[in-house]
Amino acid sequence: MSLYFTKDHEWVRVEGDSATVGISDHAQEALGDIVFAEVPEAGKQVSKGQEAAVVESVKAASDVYAPVSGEVTEGNPAIADDPAIINRDPEGEGWFFKLKLANAAELDGLMDEAAYREWVKTL
Amino acid sequence: MSTESDTQLDQLPLDAWHRAKGARMVPFAGYEMPVQYEGIIAEHLWTRENAGLFDVSHMGQLLFHGRGVDSALEKLLPGDLLSLADMKLKYSLLLDENGGIIDDLMATRRGDDFYVVVNGATKYADIHVFENRLPREIVVDHMKEQALLALQGPRAAEVLETRVPGVSELSFMEGRAFDAFGQPLWISRSGYTGEDGFEISVPGGAAHELAEALTKNEAVKPIGLGARDSLRLEAGLPLYGHDLSHETTPVMAGLTFAINKRRRAEGGFAGALRILAEMQNGPVQKRVGFDVAGRQPVREGAIVLDDDSNEVGRITSGGFSPSLQRPIAMGYLASPLAAVGTAVKLEARGKLFDATVAAMPFVPHHYHRKGAA
Repeated sequence: MSLYFTKDHEWVRVEGDSATVGISDHAQEALGDIVFAEVPEAGKQVSKGQEAAVVESVKAASDVYAPVSGEVTEGNPAIADDPAIINRDPEGEGWFFKLKLANAAELDGLMDEAAYREWVKTL
Repeated sequence: MSTESDTQLDQLPLDAWHRAKGARMVPFAGYEMPVQYEGIIAEHLWTRENAGLFDVSHMGQLLFHGRGVDSALEKLLPGDLLSLADMKLKYSLLLDENGGIIDDLMATRRGDDFYVVVNGATKYADIHVFENRLPREIVVDHMKEQALLALQGPRAAEVLETRVPGVSELSFMEGRAFDAFGQPLWISRSGYTGEDGFEISVPGGAAHELAEALTKNEAVKPIGLGARDSLRLEAGLPLYGHDLSHETTPVMAGLTFAINKRRRAEGGFAGALRILAEMQNGPVQKRVGFDVAGRQPVREGAIVLDDDSNEVGRITSGGFSPSLQRPIAMGYLASPLAAVGTAVKLEARGKLFDATVAAMPFVPHHYHRKGAA
């Protein structure tokens, strides 16, 4: 299992050819109280860098981009019902969607956890 | 478009205090201001149930003096200032010659003077307008050395009374000078959250001591701009630069309560011709509230559509209501559709949302009116 991050503050956790996607703790902290999340349905094709989900805090609306391409296998219904889960556990229970990796080579351009945590300190 | 970060930002007298309290500071109205401390929803609900301390020192505090100051101000403001009693506040509007709103403000008669609080983002432009349009004998003093703190919420009176004895005797829209902390304070029973509360004008150098003393009380927490915005939206109160502008008149904005019977009969204020005609014939558009279906907030800039997808209005404020736990919005809508309950669609972020015209306030006001039933 490996964990990667994007410069747009999404994380992707990879197990075999399955990837789980969410937003980082830094992202939820910056957004503040999250009041709405919309996740893609199973079967939707997403491509790397394309809008795949929506998250809104009291203050602002943001798109969540797909860190890698693939077919969505599951959206997280729990965060649609209770978006505050994303604030409480952004990198665990607050995941957005799972997908079947189309091209594992796309992971190469992402940051590993240590690199990401160092990088957000500079923001 | 210029952004606020391009320009040098001013600091509030309480800047260091906010940071020590964990505030996230953002540019607003030319200042670095606290947008939140622990979180907007928690701060919002705290204010509705306890007492919240807001730093609104960015707002302009102006003192007008000179012979006939009330009648001079009546040329620019449509409110009845001549009969405004000493120490009483009146909500009013600074109007341009077309009846468009330059700013909204609170005016108080303080003895021979008028004390006027205007919005932070507009204060320098307002001062320019006042200086240009008032007769020479009226002097405008910008009280830059004064900070302004607001204590709002159902426990505000109980808390402030312990520090400023006598303050709870004030009724809504009434003010008085007090001495506390060895400082002269001007305190009015007013605010912009829909709750009972006070606004305290304090010398900037004493603001820290006042803020510390108030937040020592377990009923009080510091509250940021984020919750100030959601509180005023729930209270149905318009925010200048969003819900009010040069493009809107007091009639469109539903603020004709600020124009009393005498001023309606006599006119004689900026924009009177258009405003009085609009009052007679009805405005083309009206400011209304919207209940938005679902959970997703619809924000400023969204378009309002009728059944045939015609553009019939625009959202000027919108967000998630922490008290109601659902999205609410405010905007302008073609008058024939402005009746409460009318179904419309809102278009935002490429999506359509179902909404209905709603009565405001969304959350009832809890003002402290003496003698009110």
